[in-house]
Amino acid sequence: MAALQNSLKAIDPLSRDRRGSPEDLTTEDVTVQDSVSIPTPEASAAMSDPVSHDQKAASGGPRRAEVKDLSFFYGDKQALWGVSLPIADRKVTALIGPSGCGKTTLLRCFNRMHDLYPGNRYEGEIRLYPEDVNIVSRDIDPMFVRLRIGMVFQKPNPFPKSVFENVASGLWVRGVRQKSIVSERVEWALQRAALWDEVKDRLRDSAYGLSGGQQQRLCIARALAPEPDMLLLDEPTSALDPVATARIEGLMMELASMVTIVIVTHNMQQAARVSDYTAFMYLGKIIEFGPTTTLFTTPNDPRTQDYITGRFG
Amino acid sequence: MMPEHTAKAFDVDLQELNKYVAEMGGLVEKALADAVDALVRLDTGLAAHAVAVDSTIDTLQREIEEKSILTIARRQPMAIDLREIVSALRVSNDLERIGDLAKNIAKRVAELTGDFHPQKLIRGVEHMSALVLAQLKQVLDAYTGRDLNKALAVWKGDQEVDAMCTSLFRELLTYMMEDPRNITFCIHLMFSAKNIERAGDHATNIAETVYYMIEGRPIADARPKGDTTKLAVGS
Repeated sequence: MAALQNSLKAIDPLSRDRRGSPEDLTTEDVTVQDSVSIPTPEASAAMSDPVSHDQKAASGGPRRAEVKDLSFFYGDKQALWGVSLPIADRKVTALIGPSGCGKTTLLRCFNRMHDLYPGNRYEGEIRLYPEDVNIVSRDIDPMFVRLRIGMVFQKPNPFPKSVFENVASGLWVRGVRQKSIVSERVEWALQRAALWDEVKDRLRDSAYGLSGGQQQRLCIARALAPEPDMLLLDEPTSALDPVATARIEGLMMELASMVTIVIVTHNMQQAARVSDYTAFMYLGKIIEFGPTTTLFTTPNDPRTQDYITGRFG
Repeated sequence: MMPEHTAKAFDVDLQELNKYVAEMGGLVEKALADAVDALVRLDTGLAAHAVAVDSTIDTLQREIEEKSILTIARRQPMAIDLREIVSALRVSNDLERIGDLAKNIAKRVAELTGDFHPQKLIRGVEHMSALVLAQLKQVLDAYTGRDLNKALAVWKGDQEVDAMCTSLFRELLTYMMEDPRNITFCIHLMFSAKNIERAGDHATNIAETVYYMIEGRPIADARPKGDTTKLAVGS
């Protein structure tokens, strides 16, 4: 593991001493508020802002990232309006909202997907901890952001290669060539993605030979192999049958203990099942954010309640 | 006024549930009023009628339970919808218990033979039952109207019912100590009074449920209690 970590650190300008555990996060590391903690349910209910900024009430875990007053423009068209959101470390944060509310737009800001198209513009910040770096800043090369933050898309999109090559590709891109390390890492990732038993005898077969659910788990394994800080999931199960969906949901909850997850989903029951925190978005703004249990049982904002009870529109 | 569900059938389900609970509430109110009336006037015919209606009340409770479970399975309700359905379940349980208490009161009417009918005691029972019937009516209004203030008023009003029950018990004890021939009648009256007081407690439970349904959290303070019948001794 040390060899892999050194290989990654060697080319990653974002790397500080980032193998420290979140418990190392002291208040000096963060310049924002007195604490980087997530609001308690009671504090969430008491606040008037949708997202805690002035919370002095501590308790709750440390943050892996924080969106701070982020606005996003597709050319002249503004899609996100001053979005602020904490992303809890090694927890699942869900983004829900009606079509066109900006949740996928927000998700794609995390790994700078929008940079692929000209005319897109960010204002505000997304800070990644513990380095406390603004990852949407022009000074940060998107490639290095994408080395740290992986993404899984709605439609499974394995590369037209073998199963093994798919999972190993993330490692090869980072310059990790030693066969033993790569093999070990591929097996580890496939185990974590609950796919190893099904593919261990056909690692050299084409990924296209797998079922939809298997392909999606392969994409998750591919994203996991380089040990990312965060995993972004854009409606990962909407193209899958209920059994595959249930397996991937179970997987998400296991994975959360080792990687921070942000998931966009249309399926509110899924958000209620798998996430620890949920943000409800509408028209490019965060309407309400809080612990999932609170948001789905006693939401503060009537628009949130209307949406989650199916009264919207 | 909350907007309708996009799936109109969901609104229909919830409205039906509300209707069943209102219907059950109406039946229970009448059953309790009839049972107490039968007791006061020693009307065995009315008492038999009050006993008979209990099976209808029980059937309604089963229907409410079934409908609630079906709605949860089909609609995956959230937030206020979920609380409404859970509240319907809880309220129907409390109403069913009040129905049983009314039936038990009515059953005792046949046992009250003899010439001993002390008006003072009977007035006492009437007064207490009037209080409880008013509580029940107000809490059912609170439920159908989603009225938080009415629910809170009922919740606090139980204290008065409890106090009445305690004083009635004391009086009954005096009568029993005065003349052992009074004991049978007084015991029946005592049980009936206790049943009426329990009906009042169930009305208070319904008030707590209505509060939870509207606010999304339970009533935090301890309910003021006035029932000290356990401590009542003859004076």
